[in-house]
Amino acid sequence: MYDLNKILVGLAIFLLFFTFPILYGMGSAVPAPKPKLDTPEIQKLTDKKCVEDTHFMRTSHMQFLNYWRDKAVREDQRTYDSKLNGKKYDISLQNTCMKCHSNKKDFCDSCHTYASVKPYCWDCHIEPKAAKESM
Amino acid sequence: MKASRREFLKLAGVSALFGLGANAAFELLTPGALEASSEVAHGAAHGEAAEGVQAATRWAMVIDVRKCILQEDCQDCVLACNSTHNIPTVGNPKEEIKWIWKDTFEHLFPDQHSQYVDEGLEGKAFPVMCNHCQYPPCVRVCPTKATFKRPDGIVMMDMHRCIGCRFCMAACPYGARSFNWRDPRKYFEGKEAMLNPEQPTRTKGVVEKCTFCPERLAKGLEPACVEACKKRKSDCLIFGNLNDPESEVRKILRKRTSIRRKPELGTQPSVFFLV
Ligand code: HEC
Ligand code: HEC
Ligand code: HEC
Repeated sequence: MYDLNKILVGLAIFLLFFTFPILYGMGSAVPAPKPKLDTPEIQKLTDKKCVEDTHFMRTSHMQFLNYWRDKAVREDQRTYDSKLNGKKYDISLQNTCMKCHSNKKDFCDSCHTYASVKPYCWDCHIEPKAAKESM
Repeated sequence: MKASRREFLKLAGVSALFGLGANAAFELLTPGALEASSEVAHGAAHGEAAEGVQAATRWAMVIDVRKCILQEDCQDCVLACNSTHNIPTVGNPKEEIKWIWKDTFEHLFPDQHSQYVDEGLEGKAFPVMCNHCQYPPCVRVCPTKATFKRPDGIVMMDMHRCIGCRFCMAACPYGARSFNWRDPRKYFEGKEAMLNPEQPTRTKGVVEKCTFCPERLAKGLEPACVEACKKRKSDCLIFGNLNDPESEVRKILRKRTSIRRKPELGTQPSVFFLV
């Protein structure tokens, strides 16, 4: 009555089957994206800084863009004083963010594809020319 | 007190008979209070400043019809607006998108239609746009506050909030709003060079209209249509601050006879026509 061997084989098959997705993905992890910063506009900068602190931009640019959107559209405040260096920026997705980050495909999209997010902004907001040509 | 079902129904019936609705009950208990509070809410719904306080600015457009009809086939203002804001040329009048457009006196002022229309105006087209009403009906009905009134009088569109319900289109008495039945980018296919890269397009399923170019006002520029008209030196469009007695718009409104569209509706348009 004690089919120890059969049970062990069954268990082994079960374990293999259950952990297959993990084992299969092992060693082939997708490398983290490296957003490129080699645009003409950024190369012109002496102080290679974003509108705010890089870490803040990396983690919170989505909320920050919403903040910009509401400032411009709902409160009619169209300049932004950077807390990073006191510089003034025009509040605009197309004319400010994308002037510097004109390589949308190698910058914004490199992360977004990795994280599988598809911002719908580009249904209306026009992508920079360079990105479009390489599409 | 213990009321039987029978007594309750009797009371309810009698109250209904005397029209003792909630409003009437309030009126009995606190006379005037209800009306006052709804007026405050009314003002707030229109984005008005606190009662008795006049905003520093109320943007307005004055259209000199007499000058404009001399430029019969001119479309400069319309084209300038379309190219600035990436407004597509649709073709089908049922689906067209228009912020500023030209129409005839008879169409725009059906209520002013006297038996004998002034020969000089009959059949002549001149531009119209969103009236940026002081009491905009579109703003009252918008369920998401996608359209709202700014303190400077501009009835603004927040495209990010528009859900395309088109209540505003039903509410607008002037036909100044257009719905995107299709993706407007479609009309720019093969003509991408025509897109203004500094401004967005819209997308399928949102309502749009003239916004008096807030992005230009912020830079101290006049709306694109006014600039185009001035460039042609026809000077039919005058833009300015209605709350400044010395502004160009106020000066010309003092000198000339002006009319507005459907004044009987009490929306108080900010677009004036000199006839
Ligand atoms: C003046 C040019 C300029 C403008 C304008 C600008 N950026 Fe940047 N941005 C940069 C530079 C340069 C860096 C890299 C900073 C660093 O590496 O320390 C950067 C970094 C970033 C990062 C982080 C990238 C990473 O490697 O993690 C994000 C996200 C970002 N920007 C988004 C935006 C958004 C969104 C806007 C508009 C609100 C914007 N940027 C406007 C120049 C700009
Ligand atoms: C360092 C990587 C990185 C870069 C560079 C980057 N993003 Fe993002 N972005 C993300 C991640 C990750 C998310 C998703 C965050 C989440 O879902 O919480 C995101 C989300 C967003 C969202 C919100 C999307 C949504 O559906 O809610 C917007 C908008 C956005 N990014 C715009 C931009 C723009 C514009 C640029 C280029 C100027 C840019 N991002 C560059 C990583 C990046
Ligand atoms: C339905 C079309 C539409 C979509 C989708 C859309 N926008 Fe906009 N957005 C507009 C329009 C139109 C304006 C212009 C308002 C103005 O300039 O007065 C604007 C203005 C803005 C502004 C401020 C002014 C400017 O010139 O940039 C920001 C910031 C912005 N949008 C961010 C976003 C972001 C981030 C997304 C995606 C998460 C997005 N928008 C999606 C239509 C859209």
